[in-house]
Amino acid sequence: MLWFKKKKYPAFWNDYLKKFKTSQPKSIENTRFVVFDTETTGFDTLTDRILSIGAVSIFNNIIDVSDSTEVYLKQDEFKAETVEIHGILKEGNLLKINENEAIEQFINYIGNAVLVAHHSAFDIEMINNALKRLNLPKLKNKCIDTGILYKKLDGKKESHISLDMLCDEFNIPKHDRHTASGDAFITSLLFLKIVSKLKQERYVHYSDLFRASNNKGYI
Amino acid sequence: MNTIAVRIYDFLKAFPPFNMLLPESLLSICKSIEVQYVEKDNFIFKTNDPVQDKFYVVKDGDIGLFTASNELIDECDEGDIFGLRALMRQGNYLLSAKAIEESIVYCISSTLFDDYIASNSEASKYLMANLVSNYRKSNIEEQNHNFFTSFQHTTSGLQDFLEEQTADYSKNPITCSTKTSIKDAAILMTEKRVGSIIITEKNKPLGIITDKDLRTKIATGLFSIEESVSKIMTSPVIAYHTNITVAEAQIAMLKHRITHLCITKDGTVDSELTGILSEHDIIVIRENNATVLIKEVKRSKSTEDLKQIRLRAQKLLKRYIEQQIPITFASKIITEINNSITIKIIENAISFMNQPLPTSFTWLAIGSQGREEQLLFTDQDNALVFDDVPENDIKKTKDYFLKLSKKITQDLNAVGFEFCPAKMMASNPKWCLSLSQWKQQFKRWITSPDQDNLMLCTIFFDFEPIYGNKQLVKTMSEGIFESISNHEIFLNHLGVNALKNPPPLSFFRHFLVEQSGEHKDQFDIKARAMMPLVDAARLLILSNNIEAHNNTILRYEKLIELEPQNKELYNDCLIAFKNLLHFRTEQGLKHDDSGRFIDLKSLSKANRLELKNCFKAIKEIQELILVRFNLSQFL
Repeated sequence: MLWFKKKKYPAFWNDYLKKFKTSQPKSIENTRFVVFDTETTGFDTLTDRILSIGAVSIFNNIIDVSDSTEVYLKQDEFKAETVEIHGILKEGNLLKINENEAIEQFINYIGNAVLVAHHSAFDIEMINNALKRLNLPKLKNKCIDTGILYKKLDGKKESHISLDMLCDEFNIPKHDRHTASGDAFITSLLFLKIVSKLKQERYVHYSDLFRASNNKGYI
Repeated sequence: MNTIAVRIYDFLKAFPPFNMLLPESLLSICKSIEVQYVEKDNFIFKTNDPVQDKFYVVKDGDIGLFTASNELIDECDEGDIFGLRALMRQGNYLLSAKAIEESIVYCISSTLFDDYIASNSEASKYLMANLVSNYRKSNIEEQNHNFFTSFQHTTSGLQDFLEEQTADYSKNPITCSTKTSIKDAAILMTEKRVGSIIITEKNKPLGIITDKDLRTKIATGLFSIEESVSKIMTSPVIAYHTNITVAEAQIAMLKHRITHLCITKDGTVDSELTGILSEHDIIVIRENNATVLIKEVKRSKSTEDLKQIRLRAQKLLKRYIEQQIPITFASKIITEINNSITIKIIENAISFMNQPLPTSFTWLAIGSQGREEQLLFTDQDNALVFDDVPENDIKKTKDYFLKLSKKITQDLNAVGFEFCPAKMMASNPKWCLSLSQWKQQFKRWITSPDQDNLMLCTIFFDFEPIYGNKQLVKTMSEGIFESISNHEIFLNHLGVNALKNPPPLSFFRHFLVEQSGEHKDQFDIKARAMMPLVDAARLLILSNNIEAHNNTILRYEKLIELEPQNKELYNDCLIAFKNLLHFRTEQGLKHDDSGRFIDLKSLSKANRLELKNCFKAIKEIQELILVRFNLSQFL
């Protein structure tokens, strides 16, 4: 810990930390959720790299498209075999920024929001590893995994359920699958639908959303 | 790059008014849209909630709008807009919006609305006409209405209108290249029977040769016919855009002292040639205007002439519809032309009879013709009333008028107003009666209103004198009102009749279509949408003891005057009826039929919204009738 204290963080990170000093809202309606997704060169959180991040926020059960972000990253790491999944070419004509810029933007964007992602452990780990490369600590945000949230519904105990399967079950059109923003948007609809369904089944306390979450980012 | 906004854009661009916006405006809206998920039976807003600073578009699902007493008054599904009226009005919501199925709605803020939608004239006009409060809607309508009615019967007014019309140019201009010889060009012009040829290069107009050039440059020996067209062509040409109006075209021709204008894609000589507009085309357009047609009716020599005039009137109508000229204006013009044709035929028939009229008579148009709502070619409906004669002369007199009527109806048929299959024509002895006989007839219908008699009433009550002694009609109307006031129960029967066809509430899910027959799965716009409004107007006017108002639009206008407390409702009915009449005429012209049966699948979203608003008006007017005539006990 002594090593961290000596460390001098960049201004954006200090701003980020400050946002956690004030007490956080304790209801679903008053919480800003940021639903996000990353597209990566592969599934190894250590060697693979983030190619794009897409995110959209939810406040008071409403998805706010104006509060969304979408960035593409310049990476040296490139795997031809995953191109067909995410569709991002190394030299595509998308505007790409460096990983450090992208992470700074993302950190500024999320603030102290509760992060939501499908199988969030992977995306959080990818972000945390990128932070590590910048000599920064891990994300401090609370986190919800829609995969785990789904299992709180009555009679849903499947161990691993894909976003595609959930889209079918919840009648969400699978447009723009495998673009970070598209998946983030789909996940945000999924999140609203699962929460709504949970509320129908029983009284849902705010903290229920986080319980049984085996997420490391969760405090 | 914003994948989410683009996805929303892709959805909204299919629906009005969003499809009327510039792509970048719509994309700006999409970038700031909010997406709300609503579980079944949950509310988006409730009656008396303060109005949110936004309106809504249904993305998926089904949102019901309910009154405070929880009555469903409208259903919105994919692409439908709600909450906009409240946003305009401010204050509290008058209705509740509840999800009938689980739904996703897009929320658009008032700022976005002001910046991108209200500023677009087409989109705001659309919203005004379809969605925004009745008050605003009626204002627009009234403005137009006054504007058009102020000069409706003056010749200058008709001419003015013409100036604003886009000129109908010829879309297949005859062209040749610069290498063509003058001789070949002249041969081509002769073959195609045109007075001009345009010399093009890569489909752009370079020059033009007209008959005059051949006269002044070739026949005079200045150039050999073997030389290339480029030697004698006039270049550059004068080019105009495709929506040039008649007035613009004439001014351009005068200004440049030319007789031909090239019409190009963007209005410059450096773009693709799309047509040519000649002085002759302008003359043809002028020939087909209403005043000219009416004059020609008077000069006509044969039924064949009249038939041609009627066909030209049909073209005129088509142009009116295409150019969005108000339907009240169009129907007045067409009625005027039809009436003058009928009068001409009657006059001819009388002279054909070769013996003096035994007594005075009146020729009546009945049904939709009597209401002056006959825009398309349909069958003729008419009747004849002649003045009372001594008992002994009745048979002789009737025979005379039957013979006259036979001639008239035959001529009408020859002109294109086909015989009525139900024989509701003056040539039928049943509908060629003396004044006293007609009074008796109406009295019988009124005192024993069975189904058949009510049906006849709805047709014969809407009569309009076309030719003859108008005093007879006045006396006849008085007789009718007397009979009605002696048998008030008749109005209740007429009321029940007016409620026969309740409107469908929602378009997609429970739309009433014909269950069988030739028009299976089609929507009968006449029976299910127009007749309920016509029947309601007739009933209410009759119950107010008002005569001489047969036209449905005029009837509603009169009702607004008589019952200002119901102004809004009657105005809705008026607008609904105008829209329906316009719509039916458009459909009829498009499919070359009566326009009565509509294939729902062919309707655009805008058409569907329009129709939906019409049904709202029908529903409300039927409720008023139900209450006013105390009909619940009859139904």
